[in-house]
Amino acid sequence: MTTALAPNSADDPLAYRPVALVDLLDRVLATGVVISGDITLAIADVDLVRISLRALVVSVGSLGQTEDA
Amino acid sequence: MAEVPVGAWLHAVVRDADPATLAAIRGMDGGPVRAVSAAGLVAVVSSASLDEYGEEPLRRNLEDLAWLERAARAHHAVVEALARRGPVVPARLATVHSDDERVAQSLDARRDELVHTLDRLTGRGEWGVKAYLAPGEVTVGTGTTGAGGVGTAYLRRRRAQLTAREERQQVASAAADAVHVALCEVAVAGRRHAPQDRRLSGASAPMVLNGAYLVDVATLPSFTDMVGSLNGRHPGLHLELTGPWPAYSFVVEGPEPALTGREPG
Repeated sequence: MTTALAPNSADDPLAYRPVALVDLLDRVLATGVVISGDITLAIADVDLVRISLRALVVSVGSLGQTEDA
Repeated sequence: MAEVPVGAWLHAVVRDADPATLAAIRGMDGGPVRAVSAAGLVAVVSSASLDEYGEEPLRRNLEDLAWLERAARAHHAVVEALARRGPVVPARLATVHSDDERVAQSLDARRDELVHTLDRLTGRGEWGVKAYLAPGEVTVGTGTTGAGGVGTAYLRRRRAQLTAREERQQVASAAADAVHVALCEVAVAGRRHAPQDRRLSGASAPMVLNGAYLVDVATLPSFTDMVGSLNGRHPGLHLELTGPWPAYSFVVEGPEPALTGREPG
């Protein structure tokens, strides 16, 4: 399994980085909708994104919300 | 022990998958993956116990960040391993069928579209380009205290700072549009995902572009060169390249239709 693709250097825009969860979720949640499973048919696209975003926001919220102050 | 029904979690559709490749891949929960063949195509699936991957449990589990991350990474590992061997049509996360028969039926029903997509993705990869507002001072002339005294001057300065920040945002946003257009010219296709929330990404600066680009392997050097030169051309932005990704963002061509998996005809 290759999670880390290569070392990452701060200023090189071409540097590889390990796959960040947010980048991954952009892709695996919002796209790839060609086939819907019969079990998960009812979990509509928007629903799926909203459900999992809630997970992210809740967990981030629990880290503290100093930034919004 | 009562038997819990087992469904099939779909990872991706490929033209062909040899058994040795599949044997080396770990799927959901570290389990094996298997091929479901139909209509001249192969769907790669993991067994998915419906007490965890059925609709209701899934709704709950998707709200659990640790579960979500584990599932997303396990799914991605399979798609990525397949993508190294050739074109794949990745399934969206949490595409679960009640059995292999249903998977085979959807391959049958969507054969033409899947074949077309596989053809379109052959020899191409997805690259992500994110643009952040480059860190920089919001410079506003300190000015003179002038009439109204220190308090008013402070407020005036504060207002000017806010305006300057807004202007910087606007300039950055226009630059992001320009970057996207320029990248689309060297890519086969491009699309923009919603910019990531800083609280989620942990980035220190606001994101103004979250682009995905489908790039021909042969023209990859021109694409990466373009990213480098755009980074230099727009000092207000900081560009970040990710990839190669399986072509998650380019499975659906053009505006996304509301697909339900079972359409009349």
